[in-house]
This record gives sequence, structure tokens and C-alpha cells, in this order.
Amino acid sequence: MKRLVLCVLLLATPAFAVQPDEILPDPTLESRARAISGDIRCPVCQGESIDDSNAPISRDLRIIIRERLVAGDSDAAVVDFLVARYGEFILFNPPARGANLILWFAGPAMVLAGAGLAAITLRRRRQGVEAALSSDEEARLATLMQDHAPRP
Amino acid sequence: MIVELGHFALILALCVALVQTLVPLWGAAIRDEGLMAVGDSAAKLQFLLVGFSFAVLTYAFVVSDFSLAVVVQNSHTLKPMLYKVTGTWGNHEGSLLLWVLILALFGACAAVFGGNLPTTLRARVLSVQGSIGVAFLLFMLLTSNPFLRLVVPPLNGEDLNPLLQDPGLAFHPPFLYLGYVGLSMSFSFAVAALIEGRVDAAWARWVRPWTLAAWVFLTIGIGLGSWWAYYELGWGGFWFWDPVENASFMPWLLAAALLHSAIVVEKRESLKAWTVLLAIMAFGFSLIGTFIVRSGVITSVHAFANDPERGVFILLILAVFTGGALTLFAFRAGALEAKGLFAVVSRETALVGNNILLAVAALVIFVGTIWPLVAELAFGRKLSVGQPFFDAAFAPFMLALGIILPIGAMLPWKRADVGRVLRALIPAAVLAFSLGALAYAMQTGRTALGPVGLMLGAWVFFGALTDLWARTGKGALAGRLARLGRLPRADLGKVVAHGGFGITIFAVSAMLAWKIEDIRVVQTGESFPLGSYTVQLVAVHKVQGPNYTSTMAEMAVTRDGAPVATLFPEKRFYPVQGMPTTEAAIDYGFLRDIYLVIGDPQDGGGWAVRSYVEPFANWLWAGCLLMALGGTLSLSDRRFRVAAGAPRAQGVPAE
Repeated sequence: MKRLVLCVLLLATPAFAVQPDEILPDPTLESRARAISGDIRCPVCQGESIDDSNAPISRDLRIIIRERLVAGDSDAAVVDFLVARYGEFILFNPPARGANLILWFAGPAMVLAGAGLAAITLRRRRQGVEAALSSDEEARLATLMQDHAPRP
Repeated sequence: MIVELGHFALILALCVALVQTLVPLWGAAIRDEGLMAVGDSAAKLQFLLVGFSFAVLTYAFVVSDFSLAVVVQNSHTLKPMLYKVTGTWGNHEGSLLLWVLILALFGACAAVFGGNLPTTLRARVLSVQGSIGVAFLLFMLLTSNPFLRLVVPPLNGEDLNPLLQDPGLAFHPPFLYLGYVGLSMSFSFAVAALIEGRVDAAWARWVRPWTLAAWVFLTIGIGLGSWWAYYELGWGGFWFWDPVENASFMPWLLAAALLHSAIVVEKRESLKAWTVLLAIMAFGFSLIGTFIVRSGVITSVHAFANDPERGVFILLILAVFTGGALTLFAFRAGALEAKGLFAVVSRETALVGNNILLAVAALVIFVGTIWPLVAELAFGRKLSVGQPFFDAAFAPFMLALGIILPIGAMLPWKRADVGRVLRALIPAAVLAFSLGALAYAMQTGRTALGPVGLMLGAWVFFGALTDLWARTGKGALAGRLARLGRLPRADLGKVVAHGGFGITIFAVSAMLAWKIEDIRVVQTGESFPLGSYTVQLVAVHKVQGPNYTSTMAEMAVTRDGAPVATLFPEKRFYPVQGMPTTEAAIDYGFLRDIYLVIGDPQDGGGWAVRSYVEPFANWLWAGCLLMALGGTLSLSDRRFRVAAGAPRAQGVPAE
């Protein structure tokens, strides 16, 4: 609860998540830094990325990301560096590995299942109706056929 | 004293709701007209009682009755009157009372306007509606009573969170609840139909207006919430895939699916079982949303109350209603025999596709929302699922939906010739493709999202126009235009809502792809470029508001030397809650918004300033409004109005 209150307080001034003094002079590195930090969850304000959060820890993380990038790390290396320290929890984009495969494949699997189910149901219904003459109707049809049978 | 009366009325409402649940159900079972009629009076009485109770709570907020715990926690004498009134539902207890009020309102509406329903169906609908009322009134009285008094009332209150003191947010909950709770009507109709063992075109015709109304309210509610986030949170974002937002979005998607499948039941007497299942799921997801918002099990920025006891209670309600309805469905769905047959290529099939896409999209959001919980409980992994996942997992569904929509909307019922429809749509396709190609050529080195979004949005939009044009028949222009004016409102509504959907698709992709952002320190008097504009920080003033102090910047926006706008972004401080807020200043435009935010003074002099050009932002809200307008037009269609007043054969016995 305390954490929630803190976050609401911080949410109040989200405009200054990224401070002007953090921004790197190199625009390529800076845009890489923004892209990385947009997908990292703030450990304090859990609804926000560190790019949007005002918590001091988010500022520290943003600065660490920029330091690693300036030092020549790849994007993946920077993310690994952060995960090693703060755990998988800070990744807004859950990696498609292990149990997370269930999460990632849930959508395609459900579409296929839904489409398959619909196709089977509809086909069965059509076939069912084509063969669905009741015994009364069968009998009536038989008499009709007899009545109209070609006479020799 | 008056507060005790309100409290008493609420307890009485619970008793009335119990009567409403049991008596008409029993009456319908033994075919007793008198007992069934009890449902009507009980529904109206329940609404009056809850309404009185709600008026009392509002009164307590208006006069700042600080002997009530909920008023102390959420109000203050200095708060503007508007927010004293809206503060009634700006908290867990009060919002729950609003929830129950709307629930009772829908029940009363069914009693008043349901004159043409078969008596047994009406009795059962009111009974199911009453049982939902019982559950929520019990929940409120046992765990979240808004009428709890304090032994020692304080001199003043703790004020409402300043972020919530905003017209956009003040009216967002009532709309959202009208939508959430409106789906309870579809649910009641579905369960009543399962009890009756009968779903036919007439049933679909009754259920559709309620679903449509709920969907329109949800659309407006979600749009308002998104607009609020856009201008209030200060960085121009409009959707965050936060669990609470997802909680409102899932019922919206399912309601959209439901109101399409109900058309198939109404016109073709097919997809009956599926429609009933959707109605149960749509309300089930409303309850899941309530659970997510009010239990605090899933971390969210704007959750209401983090109380495990309440969470367990809502989970119980969810289990009883959804579980009960699904069990009933499992037993009775077989009785819902489909009549209308259709070929593989037909509008029915297209609507099945629409339903699969919308329902699976909702389920994907559901899986993503609860996955952190599942992963922690089942695998002991603490992980997060956020925007990147939802963007990637949700967008394909909207892409597929957008592609099939114009074709499906124009396919005839039963058996169709795709070639003919496609030929009619060639102009729309060419136009959409050219616009997309033009956008691709004009932008340099950015994502393909913008052009693809434009192409898809234009395809849906011009597809809707083609649909409208095709509905006017053949022949001379004058004759066609005359026929255009005589089209049923439902047809117009369909075109407007589909057009709005196309505009929304385009606006979302444009805002994500073409936004311009600038963050810098600016000295007073200094200018800086922002896209094709120049922004100057003219001055910074101190201003005193009614219950806050403000640092207000004056910023002049020019383009090629010509003035565009002078904007006043603010940083406010609310002393009672000790809380600062930012108030972005926005120059709303047809093609773009200029969005300025002032931050803290810097050590070396000057102010931190964030500025954005948000392309086509207004198109997003316009798209939402068009969708809502389309729904409203469709709701006003003659067949619903006529059906409401026409005499009709009563008391169709259950087979």
C-alpha cells in the first residue's frame, strides 16, 4: 500500500521522467537508450517503464543504461546486465523461453483452435441437416416415390 | 439521521433484491402470473431504494459530512463543488454504490420497457438481474459499507487525489460502469433463455439493444479514460496496457463480438449457443475486471483498494455467476437448435471470423494480464508482461479484423459471391493502397507502422463508404441519394461505426509512428525548434488556484514567423494532499496537437521543458465518438422502437 501511495505521488509528475541532463549527445545511442528503457519496468512504480517513471531508481537505471551503451555494450548485453541485477521482473517484454512459450503461443493456438472448431461444427451441421429427414418424412418420401414411379 | 436512512434503504434494497430473485423465478416455474409480476415491482422498488441511498451519499459529500469515513478520506471543504459531487464515486465504496445503482437501473428499465417480453422470460430475466443485485449489495454491506460513521469526526477531510480532480476522469467511471453493468442485462437474458431452453430471433432482438447500449457506454468510457491519460499524465501517451485498462477493454471486445453474433441469431437463427456463451463471457469478464481493479492481486498504477478480503468476495461472486451460468450452459446448450444454414462463403461465416478474432483477442489480453500471477504461482517466476507483449500479440488480430471487415460487411447472407464484393471494393482498395504508398514515400527512415496503419484504416473507412453506397442500389445519382436518406438507421449505424473503427486504427498507428518528441532545458526568452514549429518560453508566472498553487509558463508557438498559439502549461501543487501535478498545455489541431509540458527549474537557470507534436490525436477521439455514434444510431433503429411498443403474443410456453 505504501508503495502504491508512493507511486501515485510520483505519477503526479511523470513529465520529467527523462531529465534533459541525462540525454546523450549522440542521437543514435540516445535513441537506443530510449528504446531499451521503454521496455524496462520501474522496480518501484510497477505500472510504468523506467522511461516514464520519476522514481530515483529509474533515473539511476537510465543512467546505467547510457553508461553501458557509451562503453560499447550491445542492446542485448545491456538488458542482460539489468536482468542479472534486478531479475526477470523488470522486463516488460517477457522473453519467449520456457514456460513463457505458453503465453506467446496462446493467441495463435486459440485462433487455430477456434477456427478449427467452427469449421468442424459448421460442416457437421450442414451434413447433419442434409441427412436429417425424420422417419415420417422418409416414409412419406417413399410413398411419393412409389406413386410417381414410372409405370410400365 | 439522513445518513442512517440511506444506510437503511440500502439494507432494504438487499431484501427487495432477494424477493426479486426468488419470487418471479418460482412464479415462472409454476406459471403463476401474480408471482411473476412481483419481479416488476421489486425491480422498480430496488432502483428507488438504491437511488435514494446514492442521493444520500452524494448529499453527505456535498455538505462535507465528516462523520462519514468515506467522506473524510476523499473530500475536503475547499474542493470545488463539481468534484465534491463526483467524489461520491471517486472511491471504492461510493463507486460500488454507483455500480449497484446502475445494476438496479437496468433491472428497472427491463421491468418498464419489457412489456412485450413473454412473461416467463421477463420474470426470469428480472430474477437473474435481482440475484446479481443481491451479491453486490451483500458485498457492499459486508465489506465496503459507504455509510460507516466515525466516532470522532475530524475537522476537515483528506481531499480527493488531485489527479482525479478533472472533468474527464470525473465522468469516466459512470460511463464505464454503465457499460460493465449493462452487460449484466445480456447475461440475465442469456441465463433466462437457458432456463427457458429457447433462443430465437425475438430473443436476439431483445438482447441486442442492451448489448449495444452497454457497448456504446463502454466505448465512451474507455475513450474518456484514454483522453484523460493523454492530457493529464503529461507525456502524450493514450494507452498503457495497464491491468485496469485491460479490465475495461476485454468486456468491450467481447461485447463487440456479442452484438455481431446477436445479428446472426436475429436475422438467420444461427449461432445461438455461441451467442449465449458470449453473453455469459462478456459479463464474466466485467466481473473479472471488477476483481482486478478492486482486489489488488495484479499490480496496477490505478487500482482502487488493495484488500484481500474484498478480493476473495468478488472472486466468490465471479465463481458463482460465471460458473453457474456455464454449468447451466453445458446442460442446456443442446436445446438451442440452429435453424438457418449457410454456405462457407457468406456473411454468417464472416461474422464467425469476426467473433473468433474479437474473442481470441480478448482472451489473449486476459492471458497476458494474469500471466504474471500464473507464472509466480505455478513456476515461481516473478515476471512482467507489458506493452511490448500486448502490442505484438494484439495488433495481428486487429490487422486481420481490419482486412476482412469491409468484405464481410458487404457479403450477402446465406450464400455469397466473393468476386462480386471484391470488385465493388476495388476503388476502396486502390485508394487505401495509394494513401499508404504516399505516406511511405513521404516519411523517411521510420517504421512501416504509419503507412500500414493508414492503408488499413483507409481500407476500413472507404470500405464502409462503399458499403453505404452499395446499399443505395443502382441507377441515377438523385435516386440513390434519396434512397440514402431512407436507409434504416441500423444500416447507417453500421457504416458510421465501421468508419469510426477505421479512423481509430489510423489514428493509433499515426500517433505511435509519427510522434515528435523534444526534451531540453530552456532559458526564459529562449526559442527552440519542434518539427516545423518554433517554440519560445516567454515567461514563467506564479498563479494561485482555488485549492492549489501553480507555476505557469507562457510559451509562444510560431511557424515560419507566423504565430500559431500561445500556450500555458502548468505545474500545480495541492497543499492538502501535498501533491504536485503537471497540466500539459495542448493546442488542439485538425492534423496535429502541439503538446507542451513545463518541468522543474534547473540548477544552472532555465526550466526543463518537454514538447511533442502528436499527429492526428483528435482523430483517435473522433474515431471513438463515431463508433459510439454508430452504436447509438443503430440503437434508434425502427425495429427496436417498434418492437418495444407493439403488442405481441404473450406467454410462449417453453418446449
